[in-house]
This record gives sequence, structure tokens and C-alpha cells, in this order.
Amino acid sequence: MNAPALPAVALHRRAFLSASLAGAGVLAFDADFAFSETPAAAAVAVSAFIRIGADNKVTIGAKNPEIGQGVRVMLPMLIAEELDVSWDQVVIEQTDANDKLYGGQVAGGSTATPRNWLPMRQVGAAARVMILAAAAKTWGVEGASLTTKAGVVYHAASGRSAPYAAFAREAAGLTAPDPAKVPLKTPAQFTIIGQSKKGVDTPKIVTGKPLFGIDVDLPGMLSAALIKAPAHGATLASHDAAAALKAKGVVAVVPINSGFVPVGQFDALAVVADRWWHAQKARDLVKPVWNDAAQKGFSTAGYETAAAKALGATPEVVLTKQGDVGAALAGAAKTVSADYSYPFLAHGTLEPQNCTALFKDGKLEIWAPSQNPNSGRAETAKVMGIAGDDITIHMTRIGGGFGRRLMNDYMVMAGQVARGVAQAVGSKPVKLLFDRTDDLRHDFYRPAGWHRFTAGLDNKGALVAFRDHFITFGKDGKPIRAAEISPFEYPVPVVPNAEIGATYLPTNLATGWLRAPTSNAMCFVYQSFLDEVAEAAGIDLPELMRRTLGAPRDLPGEKGRPPLNTARAVGVIDAVCRMADWKGGKLPDGPKGEKRARGFGFYFCHLGYFAEIAEITLTDATTVRVDQVWAAGDIGSQIINPLNARHQVQGALIEGLGQALVEQKVVQVDGAIQASNFHEFPLIRIDGAPRAIHVEFLKTDYPPTGLGEPSLPPVIPALANAIRVASGKRLRSLPLQLG
Amino acid sequence: MPTSLKSAPKTYPLTVNHKPVKVAADGDTPLLWVLREDLHMPGTKFGCGAGLCGACTVLMDGQAVRSCQTPLSDAAGHQITTIEGAKALPQGAKLVEAWQEIDVPQCGYCQAGQILSATALLQANPKPSDEEIDGAMSGNICRCSTYIRIRRAIRLAAGLADTTGGAA
Repeated sequence: MNAPALPAVALHRRAFLSASLAGAGVLAFDADFAFSETPAAAAVAVSAFIRIGADNKVTIGAKNPEIGQGVRVMLPMLIAEELDVSWDQVVIEQTDANDKLYGGQVAGGSTATPRNWLPMRQVGAAARVMILAAAAKTWGVEGASLTTKAGVVYHAASGRSAPYAAFAREAAGLTAPDPAKVPLKTPAQFTIIGQSKKGVDTPKIVTGKPLFGIDVDLPGMLSAALIKAPAHGATLASHDAAAALKAKGVVAVVPINSGFVPVGQFDALAVVADRWWHAQKARDLVKPVWNDAAQKGFSTAGYETAAAKALGATPEVVLTKQGDVGAALAGAAKTVSADYSYPFLAHGTLEPQNCTALFKDGKLEIWAPSQNPNSGRAETAKVMGIAGDDITIHMTRIGGGFGRRLMNDYMVMAGQVARGVAQAVGSKPVKLLFDRTDDLRHDFYRPAGWHRFTAGLDNKGALVAFRDHFITFGKDGKPIRAAEISPFEYPVPVVPNAEIGATYLPTNLATGWLRAPTSNAMCFVYQSFLDEVAEAAGIDLPELMRRTLGAPRDLPGEKGRPPLNTARAVGVIDAVCRMADWKGGKLPDGPKGEKRARGFGFYFCHLGYFAEIAEITLTDATTVRVDQVWAAGDIGSQIINPLNARHQVQGALIEGLGQALVEQKVVQVDGAIQASNFHEFPLIRIDGAPRAIHVEFLKTDYPPTGLGEPSLPPVIPALANAIRVASGKRLRSLPLQLG
Repeated sequence: MPTSLKSAPKTYPLTVNHKPVKVAADGDTPLLWVLREDLHMPGTKFGCGAGLCGACTVLMDGQAVRSCQTPLSDAAGHQITTIEGAKALPQGAKLVEAWQEIDVPQCGYCQAGQILSATALLQANPKPSDEEIDGAMSGNICRCSTYIRIRRAIRLAAGLADTTGGAA
């Protein structure tokens, strides 16, 4: 449907409130076929987060990408709270990607809450101030004599009241106040923040309405299937498209650049047809020749050999050096040594990578499921040689992110396909869609890593020396993307003699961030190894953590990164032990003599503190069942949406178990990833999910922070540490395997 | 008047959500792509194209099938139910309601397939045990791992007590 013209209201540059007198009919995203129209928001989103209809419905722009983390509800909750409207008045509308207008729009790093907690509340509060100013002017009364509740302005002295809608047009003409100076509610005044709100799209999801990038369906749209060099980094030498061009429905075969090889070279081809299925069928008729000689030497087997050799050698770079580890180990009463490792991982979002683009009159319009669309705009502009301002990006709901869609290769490619289509058959929208094999083989992988740990205990069992030689991937003494380690990785700050060294192996693979990047691996190896240290000291891991964390304080950390606060860490450790009635890892055998046990893990990442306990049963010598998991978290003073917060933790814990349990890894041969589908890159299924997950949040006097990531890592060592108790075996490599 | 001797393209008759349709597509086209591209019904999702993830699950004559593995020629003449029509089935309606009550989805991409697999389960077994739920639902991947809520929603739709003790 078309948006009715807006009333002629002067919108000041900083104004973000606009009036709509047309009522609920303006909401394009409420339509069943939202993607077949240009969203009506384009007409008003010049500077709008808030639109008030004549019916007093309040349309709130949700600016961030929704990947299932609930941000499409959470951010509007912040605005609605301070605007002082009731939640049932609110209509949520996804904004376009435009960081100049809306600020950051990234779904990554669990940053949405800490970055928006104040700014989004200030947007709502400033809009309320403007409505009050308009009401005061209209009624000829003092602004201070007015109050609001549930979207209605009240003047107690005269007994007058009127809905916000009565003042929306007037308010939209006012200059917005400085958001930093508007008064905000106290937590005691909250009526929306802290209340459980369901997913705004749930009714559409359960009835099959179009929501996702793959659902974009535009008049005259074409579809494209991908052919990409199997070996990462290889380029296209030549190709023969003649046979494919004769196939049913095919209209073009377009060489494209994925944005990760030098500009000017092609590393992929798009087969464009009237239907994706036709494009996909015609793919096999194209005969590409790749320049891949330089990539052939890279393989998983080669990495393992090189890592084993490097572990015994001197580290390439020293990241941490404090005290004298050598002397401390020589004088230690007891030493513990162990090697740990973990594999490359794909993301496996269930919605395969895709993007729709229309290239017309030199400008690009994009419909993208991207976690980082504004970066995608910059990359697409660069590769295509067009101006970023000539690219419009509509944000779709996203069928899983997990960090994969922080990268925008699909957008960079879809833009080029659309330009190729425009040149071949005239401007038409085209949807580029990976199949599952493309998706698994052309990911940005969680990099593998190997660690050689050594720890020394003094005669009182105190940890006096710690060393880690970390082998991962990089170049010129620097790690590649997502292969970093903190020089302050715990327990470094609490051990007098500590060293972390690293050695970087070459790889041709593109790497990237996987939910709780670096932490998902570091937590496993560090908390498992510390469990070994605790065992050597004759105590359990929660007790080792308490003793080493010590008095309440901030530990030294990386510059510009928040420090680990020991009181918050001990808080969640004590809480989870209380919740589970922790008395160590041993449990009585099950009714049929099955071995049962518990394990513990803790981690601090992405500003959040989590301690978790996994309870398991070995149903036979090599089979593990996770019965229940407890999680205690500290993410600050306020859980904004408690329902969604519990859901995030449930999902993160089961995903963490999946990384450990279902043989999840990707293998590379001759430069190319081998996994072709979910039988070769398994994901955890319902029969692997624990029967119960118990979650508690500690309320502490810190600003609210994010949740998507910090709850994931600890469950992995908690599981491995439980297996150690139940089976007697210490598993030091992911995925975990018992025999 | 000259007469065209070219045969009309073959069409396949289907019944989708009680509505008869004729589809002019190659017989080997997977039902998934017929639904999505020919009938413009995007509720049925593409996940793996190999019958491994369950995202494309629909009901064919009441049985759960993977539409990515069901050629149009095999679907012809049969009754197809997709997520767009799930509410028309008594068990489907209960599940759609329970799914919203529990607020099962995270990203939501797999949920159509989950609901249709659950519909087939409850049609065959109105009061499944937890083990039977896991067995019937283990063909459907949820990458966000909403599994605990999927179990709860199925139990709610089946009128069974919550076995998670209300634990989150």
C-alpha cells in the first residue's frame, strides 16, 4: 500500500517526532506483503524514530538488525518507556539502514543494550518533552503543570486530558531538546522496562508471513545461484557459459567479486534465471576454470602437523610476560601441563546467505539480512565503484546471525549481479541465494587453535606460575580476524609469574566472528585447564576461582576494554553453586548404575559475567546425556525483557553444548572446505537438549549490558569438566569424544 | 488462421491448503520451490535442500514430508498443508496458539517446519511422552536452539502438564 502524504510539518534537522493524521493505515510493515512495496517509512524516516497516528497508535522505529536476539522488541521498549505510552499502543516498524540518521545498527558483540540503553530512552523522553510543550502551548498552561500516562496528557488543575495524537502535529514542528538533558524515569517508575514482552514477529512467524531476506518477492524479480571458487582466495581464470545460457529460464551468467579477493578479479559467477531453481539446475552447465594453485597446500592435516611442531618451539611473539615463569615452575611444589585444541567452525545459519538488489539509473536498492548493513554499504560501494549515498538498504528479519552476517559478501555480490542484470536485460531486482553447500564452504570460519599450558602450584596449593603457548592463524606476527587472545586472559592477572606466547600459522581461509568470538574457545581451554589445576590442588574449580579472584576489585585488563571485576565474578559463582546446591562434581550413580556427574565453568566476556553448572549422565561408556544446566548471570542493574533474556540464555547454552557434543568441525583439503551439508557439519537437535535449564540474573549496580554472547562459553568447560568426573577422562579437544 | 502445433506446457494439479491449483513447472521441481516461487507462498523455508534440517516440512495427505525432497510430479494429486494453512487443522491451530503463548521463536526461520512436524506428531499421537516428542522432532534443526520451548509448546497444545517444572 502507499503511504498517504504527510501533513506539511516543518521537520527540523534534529526533530525525530512526526505526526501522521492518517491512522494505522500508514504502516507498510503491517501488510502481509511487506516486501512488495517500498516501506512507507521511507516517507517519514527522514529523521523519525516515532510517529503518532490520529488513533493514538505510536509507531516506533526499530533500528537494529533482528537475528533472533529480540532487539526489534527491546529497543522500542526503551523508547516507549520514556515516551510514557502503553505497550499495546505501540506498533514496531523496522527502519532502513542509515547510521547517519539512527546511529549504530550492528547486531554484534552483545552491544545493543550497552550502546542504546541511554540513547533510546533519551529519544523517547525528548519526544515526550516535545508533546508536553505542544500541549502547554495549545492549552495555554505551564508545561510543568502537565503529566502523562499511557499516551495521554493530563492537566490536573483544569481536569483536561487529551491523547498524544492531539498534539503530534504541533510537536513535530518543534525543535527537539538536547537528548542528553531531558529527564529520565527512575527504575521505580518503569512500566515497560522489566516486563516480559513477546516477540513482535511471532504471530507472523507461526503463520508463514514473509519476513526474512529469502522471502523478498518483488515484481519481475530474477534469482541467482552462486558458483564460487572452492579453494578460498582462488580467482576465476575463465568460464564457458554457453550451455547454461540455453537452459530453461536462464537470462545471464555474471562474473562477480565477493569482496574478499583483490578488486578487479572475479572469484565467483552468478547464474541468473527467472526462478532460483532454474538457476541452480543450470549451475552445473557452467564450466569455470580457477586460478587456485597457490591455495592447494592448505589443509586441516597440514595445520595439525604444523601446530604440533610449533607447540614445542619458542613462541613467535610474546604477548604477556610477568615475573619469572621458568624459575617459578622450577621451584613449584607441583606442576600441571596439558595441550588443548579446537577446530575451525562454520556458522550454519538456517537461512542460507542471500541478498536482493536492484540496480537502476546508477543507484542500488538492497534488501538484506545483514548484521552490519552500513558496513555492507561501504564495501559494496567500494567494490562497485559507486557512491555509498547511492545505495539504499532495507533491513529484513534474519534467519540466524551468530556472527556470519557481520560479513557482507552476499551484499557485495548481489549488487554486482544486479548491475550485470541491468546491463544484460535491463534493470530488474535479483535475489542471490547460496545453497547449503555454498553456505558451509564459503563462510568466515571460527579459527582453530592449539594451546600448551603449564601451571605451577606452591606447597600451599596456590597458583604461582602460568604459561600458555597459543598456536593459531595469522601473518607477520599478527592474528587474523577472530584469532586474537587477550594478554590478560584469566588467570594471568592473578598469577605472579605468567607468560602468554603465540605462534601464527598461515591459512587461506577467511575467518570471522562466531557468537561469543574468541571466548567460545578460550573459555573451554582455560576453564578446563584450571579445573585440572584445581584437581591438582585438591579443591574444586569454584573454590579455585574464589581463592584466585580474591578481594573485590577490578583486575588489570586491555586498554579500552572493561576490566574483570572480581566481586561480580564471585557473585555469579556463588549464585550458581547455591542454585544447583553444588557439592563438587561427584553424584551418585543412576538407577541402572550409569555414571552421573556435574561440572562447572565461569567466564567474563562482552561485559557479562556467567557461571554455569552442567549435570550429565553417561548412558554408556561413550554416550553423554546432558540432564540439566544452571546458569547465573550478572549483566547489570536491569533485565529489560525478562522473557527474552531467559530465551537467549537457553539458546546460548544449547548452542554451546552443540559445539562440544555433535562432532561439529569443518575440514579443509587442498584449500577447500569439505562439508557439503548438515550430515557433515552437524548441529545439535532436540534430542541433545537438556531437560531443564535454570537461569537467574543477579541485579548489580552497573549499567545494563548484553546477553546474546556472554552466557554461551561457560557451558562448554562445564560439560567437559563433568565428563572428567563421570568417565575419569579429561577431554582436551573439541568436539568432545569419548573413545 | 495458423494453428500452433506446440503442446501446451504440462501442468500438475495440487491441493494446497484446501485450494486446488495447477502448476506449470517441470515435474522434477521440488515442491519447496513450487510453493515458494510458483505459488509465492514463502512460509515453507529452504534450509538444506537435502532432507536434513526439516525447515521445508509440509504435510502431504496428513503426513510430514520434506518438500525439498518431494518432486512436483510426486506431489501432484495430493493434499498439501503448509504453515499458511496449518491453523485450519485442529492440532495445527492448537500448536500455533501454544507457540505464541510460549513465544517459542528466536530467529523464527525453522519454526514453520517445527510446527508442521509437531502437527503430524499430535495427529498420530495426541499425548506423546517427552521421549516421543524428541523422537518425532529430531529431524528439525533449530539453529537458535529453542528446543526446550518447542517441547513445552507441544505439551501445552496436547493438554499435557509442563515437565520442565516451569523452569526457564
